[in-house]
Amino acid sequence: MPLRAKVASSVSRTAAALSRAAGRGDGSVIGGWIGLKIDPELLAHLAAGRAVALVSGTNGKTTTTRLAAAAVGVLGRVATNSYGANMPTGHTSALAKAGTTPYAVLEVDEHYLAQVLEATSPRVVALLNLSRDQLDRAKEVAMMAQLWQVALAEHPEVKVVANADDPMVVWAAATAGAVSWFSAGQRWHDDSWVCPECGSAIERSDDQWWCAGCPLRRPEPEWVVDEDGVIDPTGAWHKVTLQLPGQVNIGNAATALAVAAEFGVRPVDAVSRLAVVTSVAGRYAQVVRNGRTIRLLLAKNPASWLEAFDMAEQAPTLLSINARDPDGLDTSWLFDVDFSPLRGRQVLITGDRAFDLAVRLEVNDVPFLHVPSLNAAISSVPPGRLEVIANYTAFQDIRAELDRVN
Amino acid sequence: MSTESFPAIGPSIGGPSVLRLVWIYPDLLSTYGDRGNLLILARRAQQRGIPVELTEIRSDQPVPQSADIYLIGGGEDGPQALAAQRLRADTGLHRAVDQGSVIFAVCAGYQLLGTSFFAKGTQCTGLELLDLYSDRGPSRAVGELAGDIDPRLGVPPLSGFENHGGRTHLGNGVSPLARVTAGVGNDGASEGAWRGNILGTYAHGPALARNPALADLLLRWAIGAASLPPLNDLWADRLRAERMAAIRT
Repeated sequence: MPLRAKVASSVSRTAAALSRAAGRGDGSVIGGWIGLKIDPELLAHLAAGRAVALVSGTNGKTTTTRLAAAAVGVLGRVATNSYGANMPTGHTSALAKAGTTPYAVLEVDEHYLAQVLEATSPRVVALLNLSRDQLDRAKEVAMMAQLWQVALAEHPEVKVVANADDPMVVWAAATAGAVSWFSAGQRWHDDSWVCPECGSAIERSDDQWWCAGCPLRRPEPEWVVDEDGVIDPTGAWHKVTLQLPGQVNIGNAATALAVAAEFGVRPVDAVSRLAVVTSVAGRYAQVVRNGRTIRLLLAKNPASWLEAFDMAEQAPTLLSINARDPDGLDTSWLFDVDFSPLRGRQVLITGDRAFDLAVRLEVNDVPFLHVPSLNAAISSVPPGRLEVIANYTAFQDIRAELDRVN
Repeated sequence: MSTESFPAIGPSIGGPSVLRLVWIYPDLLSTYGDRGNLLILARRAQQRGIPVELTEIRSDQPVPQSADIYLIGGGEDGPQALAAQRLRADTGLHRAVDQGSVIFAVCAGYQLLGTSFFAKGTQCTGLELLDLYSDRGPSRAVGELAGDIDPRLGVPPLSGFENHGGRTHLGNGVSPLARVTAGVGNDGASEGAWRGNILGTYAHGPALARNPALADLLLRWAIGAASLPPLNDLWADRLRAERMAAIRT
């Protein structure tokens, strides 16, 4: 590593430690930011010599990264940005902090995929899904898919592991050199009614989909979620036991196994390691307060809200919505979510934008109680489980109230 | 589709009793929670005892010409251009307008109603239902949008969220919906447009969630009622007050 990169790397580690010590955050971004100021090539230097996998998509990337890191861990030490700091600064911090490792599994914000592909020369890129997310600032879905296409076309040497059930992902991967397809199911279809290639309607029947006007259609997946297990490309079924709730996480596990397989890890060796992942940066964490077992679920956009309703138990549920910069300033997406699965549960609402949610729930015929804080919610529900579903900064606020649980 | 009407349940308001709401091309034009407008109109009608019939028309289906209110949502450039082509070829919407049906369109859907708009760098022919045209603005308009609505419409100020790259220029055949007090709207001065029973706005997505009086205006146009029984709008009122306060800070 050149001297400049060494200095940058060391300063980056120190800054991260200072940030943590000062209680200003978990240090996963600030360190990388300072490091990249000193050496813009730092990320490339830090990635050199490691076998790298990137994980990107709208939803599930933090969890899938954790699971994939656990699976690749069969082979040796893995560097990973496990706090969800998924931009180049976060990658730089993670690699600097990890020191020398043979492997790295990095979660990448979908907007930065091209840049991080360029910097880290990965062996594998996993593409999970693309759906509407923070539209007042994010690229619209089709535009994002096109950016991925362009980025992958420039790196035909990269093996892509991609979701056969998401037409936008399949189209994005059309320019890839080689693809290993997985099927994890998809509840959310509202961003793929129209073919991104030709504009014709996308038809669906059972788990199949195809374009009515051009050859784009669901590729035959090699990795398939089947009940509580995963079928691998040889046809063998592996039971998946996770500490994480929901069918969506079985899908994330399938993706992780597919990524690890590209490093030569056999699913039979990796599958048991997936159970070590408990909570991910506070997601799925359980905390007991005043006799209430509080579980935290993060839901950032319409597709992930649908998954959260599936994961949550039939129990009192607190919903918290903010619309600060990291969340996107626009709350319109609330009307893309059907909250009716919550009917029959005791629903409480809070957060900066609780009134937007109130109007939405009223139209959805979901009765609710507005509370000013998590503590007020806790004292409003009987002892037992309290599910908390929140979007990004609302989730962080609640996590802070619960002392930064991981 | 049947044009038969049924007796209203609840308070007698007069006019055709089953309110037919059509959401045009949700497969193309539905980017920002646009379904909200359909749900809000349906709920507010039902709360007045007016039965409603909701229909979603995909872009490969003919547009019925006999509905009471047509909704058009926002969308990306490609789908917007495609929707314009198909709606021009279909003509169902134009025939509905000739019969006095109500149209409420937001964002890309609003631009569609004019004579032309820009999508993917080319000028596209619009539906020519409103005397206006849209071109590209110097920057994307993203953020809170507010304005004082044309006093002839008798509704309180508009509150919404806008996200569009276009600017819209009104001809003499339409009136601005509102005078902008925050945000950009058409051009930084005026926002939206209306003529007869057609109304368009840059307040995108579920615009009616924050503007229940505007929802009621559309319902009154559709059923020909001078007024409607008031509803409890506690949460919408709180939301409006909060958004108006947020703009001022």
